[in-house]
Amino acid sequence: MIQTVFDILTIRKDFPILNRKVNGEPLVYLDNAATSQTPKRVIDTIVDYYSRYNANIHRGVHTLSQEATDAYEEARNKIQKHFNASESHEIIFTSGTTHAINLVASGFTSLLNKGDEIVVSALEHHSNIVPWQMLCERTGAVLRVIPMDLEGKLVMKEYHNLLNQNTKLVFCNHVSNALGTVNPIEEIITAAHKVGAAVLIDGAQAAPHIKADVQLLDVDFYVVSGHKMCGPTGVGILYGKEAWLKKLPPYQGGGEMIEEVTFEKTTYADLPHKFEAGTPNICGGIAFGAALDYMNGIGFNAIAQYEHELLEYATAQLLTIEGLKIYGTSTDKTAVVSFNIEGMHPYDIGSILDKLGVAVRTGHHCAQPIMDFYKIPGTVRASFSFYNTKEEIDILVAGVKRAKAMLE
Amino acid sequence: MSIKEIQEEIIDEFSMFEDWTQRYEYMIELGKSLPLIEEQYKTDDNIIKGCQSKVWVHAELEGDKLIFTADSDAIITKGIIAILIRTFSDQKPSDIIAADTDYIDQIGLKEHLSPTRANGLVSMIKQLKLYAIAYQTQLN
Repeated sequence: MIQTVFDILTIRKDFPILNRKVNGEPLVYLDNAATSQTPKRVIDTIVDYYSRYNANIHRGVHTLSQEATDAYEEARNKIQKHFNASESHEIIFTSGTTHAINLVASGFTSLLNKGDEIVVSALEHHSNIVPWQMLCERTGAVLRVIPMDLEGKLVMKEYHNLLNQNTKLVFCNHVSNALGTVNPIEEIITAAHKVGAAVLIDGAQAAPHIKADVQLLDVDFYVVSGHKMCGPTGVGILYGKEAWLKKLPPYQGGGEMIEEVTFEKTTYADLPHKFEAGTPNICGGIAFGAALDYMNGIGFNAIAQYEHELLEYATAQLLTIEGLKIYGTSTDKTAVVSFNIEGMHPYDIGSILDKLGVAVRTGHHCAQPIMDFYKIPGTVRASFSFYNTKEEIDILVAGVKRAKAMLE
Repeated sequence: MSIKEIQEEIIDEFSMFEDWTQRYEYMIELGKSLPLIEEQYKTDDNIIKGCQSKVWVHAELEGDKLIFTADSDAIITKGIIAILIRTFSDQKPSDIIAADTDYIDQIGLKEHLSPTRANGLVSMIKQLKLYAIAYQTQLN
């Protein structure tokens, strides 16, 4: 048993789904980079919301509306505190990371000119590539790519060479979803600021493992999804520095984002409502707050330490399998092991693992440029969370061995 | 053999398997035995959309019968397409168009596939039938 700083068996009891069987086998859930599982406390929060105070927020004079508004804004405050934003109105609720990125990309349309440059890392997934390509098409800006090396790390020397006075924006994920690499975002942010460029960090894969301090990082935008950190799907946040959020035009019109509307002119609401048109995912926001409470109750240092031990154990065990190659070998990684077995397709291995109750992700992980770099169709990706165990890794390894024997 | 007879033969074969392991192993064997498509036909035009692994299918008319060849980069997928080719290759386009595909449910193939693979299976069947429709038009 891995030396834990918390009681893993008690933690596992918080997740009802971990008791279910899949194809007659106990579920071994190792697809946490896609979505994490939901603790009972968060599920109870959702049930409580719909059972007791489901109402639209900010506009109602009745009690339920006030209770829902209070809970929603309390969740915003919890998120502000968690990421150490200086103001709660710097936290914009979105439907998730992709929505948050698109919001910023849309806002920059009026701020870029032809010939401006946008720098993006080679380790991005599609959600942090396509919106910027679309922005380039709209504005005539040019996309520059920070290359990666075989270990799955960014070539930082090349990054510094890419920066110049034309660089207006830099976008990078904090952690690569496909490989687990933790990128040197402090260095990326500092260097970008030296040439006057704004920086957006996609924290979707980092937030479940690393507690980011947006003021310490001095990052301009930081985006995350609730469902990857024990919350529900359909909710996420955009953190933005107040000055930037004031500068960006509204993303969508209607509902809460207006101050006053006449047919001649509309004025917009203050932050954060300027970017929160329409009825938001009220329950999702409240539940996201509950998820943060839950994770902070365990402690991010404890989570990181435990998951690192899982990563080391899984890496060592998987490498005992002949022909298995791990993609992404940076020393600074979150608990993600992306691998292939020589001569075998990741879908075949994933399909057999599924029959054994082991849930992993197979494919290109919405990061086709990375797969193109390695000249592979995809990988098998096992991604761990703090509720996984060494015994589950043993089941994964045995499953991979069985799949290999069947496919040979 | 008619399509119906081949389908019944396949149902009989699969009924002998006691668990998913045997079914998978059989599909893997079928995949390994699949006659490969000629390299010149492994083009983007011949890729079946809807499959997460790559599947190429080529159809050619020989006399009044349609001959299918195929390949995939994943072996289980190859096994699936091998079953379909065994059923529908060397048959008249009109028979392929008219054939029902309930045997897929009867051999329990869908329940052993992930939803993405099951969708891919549907796409493969649809593509084979589309080829048959196209060649039937030529024959008419």
